[in-house]
Amino acid sequence: MSTSPRTPGNGQIQFGVFFQGVNHTTVWRDPASGSQTDFESFRRVAQTAERGLFTAFFLGEGLRLREHLGRIHELDVAGRPDAQTALAALAAVTTNIGLVATQNTTYNDPADLAHRLSSLDLLSGGRAAWNIVTTDNAWTGANFRRGGFLAHEDRYIRAEAFVQTAKAIWDSWADGAIAGSRGSRQWLAEDAITPVRRKDASFDVEITGRLPRSGQLHPVLFQAGDSPEGRDFAVRNADVIFSRHAGLEAAKKFREDIVARTLKAGRPADDVKIFPGQEFILAPTAKEAEEKHQWVRERQVGPQTAIAFLEQFWGRPLTEYDPDGPLPDVDPVVDVTDPTRGNAFHGKNARELAAEWRAEAEDKGLSIRQFVSGRAQLNGRGLVGSYDDVADLLAEYAHSGAVDGFNITPWIVPSGLDDIVNELVPRLQDRGVYRTEYEGTTLRQNLGLRAPLSHRNGSLAAVDQTQSEEVA
Amino acid sequence: MPSSPTPKNRSAVLGIELDGDGAHPAAWRFAAHEPGALLTGTRIRETVQAADIAGFHLATFHDSRTTDTGAAGIAGRIDAVQRAAFASPVTRSIGLVPEVGVIYTEPFHVATQLASLDYSSRGRAGWLVSAENTLQEARSVGRDVLPAGEVGAEAADVVESARRLWDSWEDDAVIRDAATGRYLDAGKLHYADFEAGRFSVKGPSIIPRPFQGQLPVFAPAALLPSVEADVALVSAATPEELAPEAEAARNAGAPRTLLELDVVLDARGWRAADRLAELDAHGHWDGGARYVGNAAGLAELLAELFQQGDGVRISPAVLDTDLPELAALVLPELRRTGLLSGPVPGGTLRESFGLSRPANRYAAAAAL
Repeated sequence: MSTSPRTPGNGQIQFGVFFQGVNHTTVWRDPASGSQTDFESFRRVAQTAERGLFTAFFLGEGLRLREHLGRIHELDVAGRPDAQTALAALAAVTTNIGLVATQNTTYNDPADLAHRLSSLDLLSGGRAAWNIVTTDNAWTGANFRRGGFLAHEDRYIRAEAFVQTAKAIWDSWADGAIAGSRGSRQWLAEDAITPVRRKDASFDVEITGRLPRSGQLHPVLFQAGDSPEGRDFAVRNADVIFSRHAGLEAAKKFREDIVARTLKAGRPADDVKIFPGQEFILAPTAKEAEEKHQWVRERQVGPQTAIAFLEQFWGRPLTEYDPDGPLPDVDPVVDVTDPTRGNAFHGKNARELAAEWRAEAEDKGLSIRQFVSGRAQLNGRGLVGSYDDVADLLAEYAHSGAVDGFNITPWIVPSGLDDIVNELVPRLQDRGVYRTEYEGTTLRQNLGLRAPLSHRNGSLAAVDQTQSEEVA
Repeated sequence: MPSSPTPKNRSAVLGIELDGDGAHPAAWRFAAHEPGALLTGTRIRETVQAADIAGFHLATFHDSRTTDTGAAGIAGRIDAVQRAAFASPVTRSIGLVPEVGVIYTEPFHVATQLASLDYSSRGRAGWLVSAENTLQEARSVGRDVLPAGEVGAEAADVVESARRLWDSWEDDAVIRDAATGRYLDAGKLHYADFEAGRFSVKGPSIIPRPFQGQLPVFAPAALLPSVEADVALVSAATPEELAPEAEAARNAGAPRTLLELDVVLDARGWRAADRLAELDAHGHWDGGARYVGNAAGLAELLAELFQQGDGVRISPAVLDTDLPELAALVLPELRRTGLLSGPVPGGTLRESFGLSRPANRYAAAAAL
């Protein structure tokens, strides 16, 4: 077993891949762009990632098809499989990579979601993870039994009660619950399952757990909320933060903040790992990478996408404006943006934003397309550069301790990881900042995580390693 | 007029139930592995691949949201959709049919999970509808038990909502039109707008129309005619009573019927009856119509049952013992006599039942 990253800044960088499925950042116009729905695309990306010793394969989730000005939004890539169903299939054709499902705490029941996550965890031999997200809007709720039942301010209250319930379900089977041999008196030992009873503002349930734990004990928990409330939720409940702070300085600041919050929550400083989302645009030389960057951006934000991007904030059609001209001189007709284009844009003050953007575009002399192209990226510009320069930069990240890794968003599917795995990973290995083999078979081992909090006292903490070996 | 049993131009369909270690509650005692190895991907891969290679048209995966903590049998199950999904990329031609409950689940999640399975299996997915309705399930999601008289209607609503969601994307909704910048054609996406007594679903689905258009829906005959099923699972106390039950299911509107048969075979020098006695010594097997005997006798019985329905689903008493016998002796005999053929690698589960790819209800409506 190689180094175990126990402290922030252990000098290593890990990669995850975020197969988005719904976005404007996938270049679907290119002939090399494959299906967003067929399993072969998922298999190809996951197996490429595993060849590159990636830590995790990450799927998003959207529970309602996005709309634009009251109609189904036509311009973005859309139409993706259920996350856990796709990951269960991928579990059969991969061996080490973690499988991360984004799943909502509002439109699920803990009894069902915790069980499905256990299922994925057992099928994959301890490689499952849950990216915890919350939502509250009635627009999404229209697809579910309870409708829009949750107030915005209650979404983290329910999420926290949900996660606690899930963890209790995962701990509800005693060690040794299942018969040790075929000659045992019964398959399930007497009193081996402790029912989970919970009655609070969010839940009134009694749950009999249906599965034992996997080799990693609990699925690994990811969280992406960035508000102070979201960050505190993460340090209380999660193992990994999928952050937005990819720039080196911003990432250092974010790490400081998370370490302080983690310690305050009573956990060791390195207990919560940080993986910013990032787009990589690489080429043999810096000049080629810059050209590729322009090429990618032009295809990500076409003229219609640029106009539509503004329309969601303006709340009205802007088709009379020239995508290559200045930003619209009229004010938005809405106060706040609505949730129908996905949660990332929800709830912004539209007039303030419009005034700010108009000033910025005028100041820099940017057209609508140029402005939107710069604005519409996940984390600013992305990492753009030659293989060697980007490897050097990532080595700097590794030595700084600002992040534990990056969750990479490919700009093309399914070939978007090829240059990263073929060109960048070997250079990172040469620099001594990237693994040369998987540390273990479970995601928890490969992330260098301790046992779940409920298993740290006494003998349970040691179970982490021994059980994983049995599964392998 | 009710549809007739299997026409001569189509092979009968042979299915197998792959839950746990077999249908008998004591099956785990006779499994080829220690009990702790059951709940793993390795075990699922082995059993489904064995059934795939043997030439079964479909495998079903029983599931339950109720844990019987006092039972002698196996009390833990990996989610059936995920078992089927895990099997999908490592099998070639076998249909994969998870049992999924409808009373305490989210109809939207159920529909999208099953559509996703149809993609990972390239058209080999089906759905066995379960209307399980217990206090334990109800309490687990903070609801009251559904009155027995409302179960059929609720199941029917959930199936209808799934069917609408599967049609909510027309087959050619993804257009990738570079000139207009449109990835989708919004005119080919439809709101399901389903309002049932106990829930509503807006739609459209978050995944395109399933590979098969609509997954074949399997339901116990007892749920007919409420539930619009493609295949009725017909059970009876004895093999002789299956024929009238199958006819009743056809009369209740089932386009296809699959007859349920529990099987214990002579194996490894042991007579089937002795094997059953030993299994029963460990606990009672409820089960239904049952065959206990040698492979040749089973082949004869199956040949008869193929005349009475569109196929048979076999529930082997012990998977590790009975599945190898089925694969080595029974299926080859049925093929030799021409009663069984297929499934075709690359074919769909609908095709195994001679069910055509259905027109999209919304596209059809738009074309009027």
